[in-house]
Amino acid sequence: MLVEQILQTLVAGLSVGCIYGLLCVGLALIFGIMRVINFAQGDLMMLGMYLALFIATFVLPSTIFGLAAPFVAALVAGPLLFVAGYLLNKLLISRTTGLSVSGLSEGDAHQAQLILTLGVALVLQNGAHILLGSNPVSIVSPLSSTAWEIPLLYDDFSAVFLNKARTINAVICIALSAGLFWFIRNSRLGKSLRAAAVNPEAALYMGIDVARAHHIAFGLGTAIAGIAGGLLVIYYPVQPHVGVDFVIIMYAGVVLGGIGSTSGAFWGGMTIGLVQQMSTLVMPIQLQNTAIFIVFILVLLVRPQGLFGRVAERA
Amino acid sequence: MQDNRARLKTLLIVAAVFAAWLGVGLVVTNSYYRLVLTLVPIWAVLAISWNLLSGYSGLVSFGHAAFFGLGAFTLGLSIKFLDLTPWFGIPLATLVGAVAGAAIGYPSFRLRGTYFALSMLAYPLAFIAVFEWMGLQELAIPMKRDAPLWYAQFPDFRAYLVMALALLAVATVISLRVEGSRFGLSLLAIKQNELAAEAAGIDTFRWKMRAMVLSAALAATAGALYTMVVLVITPASVFGVVVSAQAMVLTLFGGAGTFWGPLIGSAILVPLSEFLNAELGHILPGIQGMVYGIAIIFVVLLAPEGIYWRLRDVLARRAGRRAAEAPIAAAAEPAPAQVADVLRPPIGPVILDVRGVSKTYGGLKAVQQVSFDVREGEIVGIIGPNGAGKTTLFNLLNGVVMPDEGTVTFADTAITGWKPSAICRAGIGRTFQVARAFTRLTVLQNVATGAFVAHADDAQAWAAARTMLDVVGLAGRADVLAGALTSRELRLLELARALAGKPRLLLLDEPLAGLGSTETQEMIALIRSLPARGVTVVIIEHTMHAMVSTVDRFVVLDHGALLTSGSPTEVTRDPRVIEAYLGRKWAGINAAA
Repeated sequence: MLVEQILQTLVAGLSVGCIYGLLCVGLALIFGIMRVINFAQGDLMMLGMYLALFIATFVLPSTIFGLAAPFVAALVAGPLLFVAGYLLNKLLISRTTGLSVSGLSEGDAHQAQLILTLGVALVLQNGAHILLGSNPVSIVSPLSSTAWEIPLLYDDFSAVFLNKARTINAVICIALSAGLFWFIRNSRLGKSLRAAAVNPEAALYMGIDVARAHHIAFGLGTAIAGIAGGLLVIYYPVQPHVGVDFVIIMYAGVVLGGIGSTSGAFWGGMTIGLVQQMSTLVMPIQLQNTAIFIVFILVLLVRPQGLFGRVAERA
Repeated sequence: MQDNRARLKTLLIVAAVFAAWLGVGLVVTNSYYRLVLTLVPIWAVLAISWNLLSGYSGLVSFGHAAFFGLGAFTLGLSIKFLDLTPWFGIPLATLVGAVAGAAIGYPSFRLRGTYFALSMLAYPLAFIAVFEWMGLQELAIPMKRDAPLWYAQFPDFRAYLVMALALLAVATVISLRVEGSRFGLSLLAIKQNELAAEAAGIDTFRWKMRAMVLSAALAATAGALYTMVVLVITPASVFGVVVSAQAMVLTLFGGAGTFWGPLIGSAILVPLSEFLNAELGHILPGIQGMVYGIAIIFVVLLAPEGIYWRLRDVLARRAGRRAAEAPIAAAAEPAPAQVADVLRPPIGPVILDVRGVSKTYGGLKAVQQVSFDVREGEIVGIIGPNGAGKTTLFNLLNGVVMPDEGTVTFADTAITGWKPSAICRAGIGRTFQVARAFTRLTVLQNVATGAFVAHADDAQAWAAARTMLDVVGLAGRADVLAGALTSRELRLLELARALAGKPRLLLLDEPLAGLGSTETQEMIALIRSLPARGVTVVIIEHTMHAMVSTVDRFVVLDHGALLTSGSPTEVTRDPRVIEAYLGRKWAGINAAA
C-alpha cells in the first residue's frame, strides 16, 4: 500500500520535524543573536534528556501526574537549564565574544569561542559518562508504544497510526515555538534581544544591556534545547554522547532556515525531519542522514542565505 | 640574511626535537607508550594539514576527518582488495586526498565564514553513513607473513615511529616553506581582510584552492599511516567528529597560523590524553575527554589565540620595553620630496575609459549611466555629496561589484566583469575609505602582499616593499604590527601597499579622511608626486577644499549620476555643483553674487 506508506512516513517526518524544529529554534537564538557557534548545544540537549529522565523518575509522583509526568518533567527541566545556560555564558562563553575580545581580529576571536564551546562539549559529555555511565536509558511510558489509529477513508482496512507520545510531543513543540516567536516579536525583552542581534553597538548606545541580552539568549537557547531533549527522551534513549548526532541536525536546520531567523529555524528543522524520514522511501535506511547532508550542502551552495532567509550581506 | 639565519635556527630546533623524540621512542619498551609516541607525529601531521588551510586562511574546516578517513580507507581497501603494497597505497591515498580536496573545495569556497565551516561538517558524516552502508563497518589490514617488508609490516614497531616522524618532517618542511613564502602570507591576508587581499592582487580563490588541495593531501597521508599503525579502522574512528575536532583543537591550542602551533599542541595534548586514558581510563571512563576539555577551556581563557602567540606577545612586550625609545625616533622621518611637481610628465592618452556604467541595489540607483575618462599622468578628483555613489563607482571600477550595464576599459583592454585581483594585476591599484590593513601582519608584510602581484620572485617583492615604505616614510615602522598604527600611518600603509603592486592607475578612496591639517599637506604632497612615478591617480573626496589645488580635473557625481566634469575653477563656480553641495538657496545667492 504505497499511499498508506507515504502517509505514514509523512506523519513520522512531521512529528520528528517538530522536535527538530524546536531544537533548531534553540540553536538559532544563540547563533542568531550572539553569532556564536555553540558546539555544546547537542550536549546541553543531552543534559536536558538526563534531567527530564531524573525528574520524571524520582521527583514527580506518578500518582498525581500519571501519564503526563514525562512531559511535565521536560517542561520543568527548562527553567533549570535556563539558569545553567545563563551562568555558562556569563562565566565562560562571554569571555570570548562581543566586546571582551575587541583587541583580536574577527577570525581569531571566532576561533577562540569555537574551541571554548568544544571544550565545554567535551566536559559535559565525559562528565556525564563518568557520573552516569554509558548505557542508553529512556523513560518508560505506555504512550510511546501505543498509537491513535486514523482510518483512511478510501477503503476499509488502510489506516495511519499516530504514536501517542510523538504526537503529544509535536503539539508541545509547536506550542512552545509559537509562544517563543510571539515573545521575541512582541515583548520588551524580545525586542531588546533582536536589537542586540542586529547591531550590538547601536543597541548598547540605546541603553540595552547587550551582555545581559546575550546571557538571556544563551539561557533561553539552552532551556529550549533541554526541553526538546526532555521530550525526545520519552522515546529516544539517552547516552552521554547522544548530542553529536543532533548538533549536526540542528545546524543543518538553522542554516536551511536562514541564520538569524528563529521562525525560519523551525521550518528548517521541520524540513530536516521530513527529508530524513521521507528519504527512507527511496533510499536505504542507513543513508537517511546522508540525505540530510546532501540537502544541506545543496541548499548552502544554491541559497547560502537559507531557504527561508533573506540576503543580508554587505560589501 | 637575517631571515635565513632565523630559518636555520628554527630548523635546528625542530631537528633537535625530532631527534629527541626518536631517541625516546627507540628506548621505550612499553608497547603502549610506543604506540602513543608513534601516534603523536601522525596527529601532528593532521593538525599541520588543518593549520595549512584553516590556521592561515581563517576558513575553519569542521570536517578534516573527511580527508583523513578517505586516506585511511584508501590504504586499507587497496591492501585488502587490490593486494597493493602500502608503498604505492600511501601515495595513492595522498592523491585521493588531493582530488577530494579539490572536489570539496571548489563548490565550498563560494561560501564564507560560518557557512563554509558548517558545510565542511557534513562531508565526513556523510562518508560515515556511506561506508557503513557499503558494509565496511570494520576494516582490518590482513597480515602478509610471506612478504612483510613489501607490505610494510615490520616486526619491530619502532619502524612505524620512524615512518611517522619522516612524514611529520615532510609536513613540517612544507609548512615552513608555506609560512615563509607568498603562499602563507597571501592566506594570512585573506584571513584578515579578504576584500583587501583581493584588491591587492591576491587571487583569493586560487590560493584557497591550493591550500585546500595541499591540506587534504597531507591529511589523507596521515590517515593512511594511521591505518598502518593501528591495523583496524571503522568509519567512526577515522571519519568521526572526534578526528576533525582533534585536528582543530591541537592547532588552536598550540596557536593557529604558525607552523609551531600544531607541533606544540600535539606534543602536549596527545600524550596527556593518552596517559590519562591509560592510567585512569579503567576507573573513570571518559576522564581523558574530561581533562582534555578542561585544559582547552583554561587555554582559551588564558591564551585565546593559542600558546605560541601568547608566548610571542609576552616576549615581544619584554623586548618592546627594552627598546621603548626606538619608535619615537622613527616617527620623525623626513617628509617625501616635494620637487616631484617639477618633474611631472606631460598628460598622455586615455588610460581609463568608463562608458555608461550603472548599478542598482533594489530600488536604489547607486550609479546610473556614468561615463568619463582619465588620461595617463592625470590626477582626477571624483567629488560629490555623501551618498552620491563615489565608492560604488570605485567598486565597479576595480571589480568588487559587477556593473549592471556599461563598460570599463583600461589601457585598451575591456576589464568589465574581471575579479579585483585580475584588475589589480592589469595595473589598477586601490585604497579603501575605511583603511583595510591586515592588522595582525607587520607593516612590511602588509606592503609585501601588495608587492607580490608585480614581482614573481619573493625576494624582489620584499625588496620592493621596503622601497615603498621608504617612499611613504614608514621605513622606521616596518616591523610593527599594522594594528598598532595611527590613522595617518594606516593611510600611508594602504598607499604603500597599493603602490607596491606597481599600478599604472591608482584609485584612492578618501585618503585624507581622519587626517589633521599638517598630515593632510603631507599626504597631498605624496599624491602629487605620483604622476612622476608613472602612476595616474583618481581620488574620491568630499571635502573639495583640499582637492582644488591638487587635481587637474574634477568629475562631479550627484545621486549616482554624472553632474559635470572640468577643471577645478570651472567646477567650483558651476551653480549645479554648489546646489548639489549646499542646496538651491545657496546656489542662487552665489549666482547672484
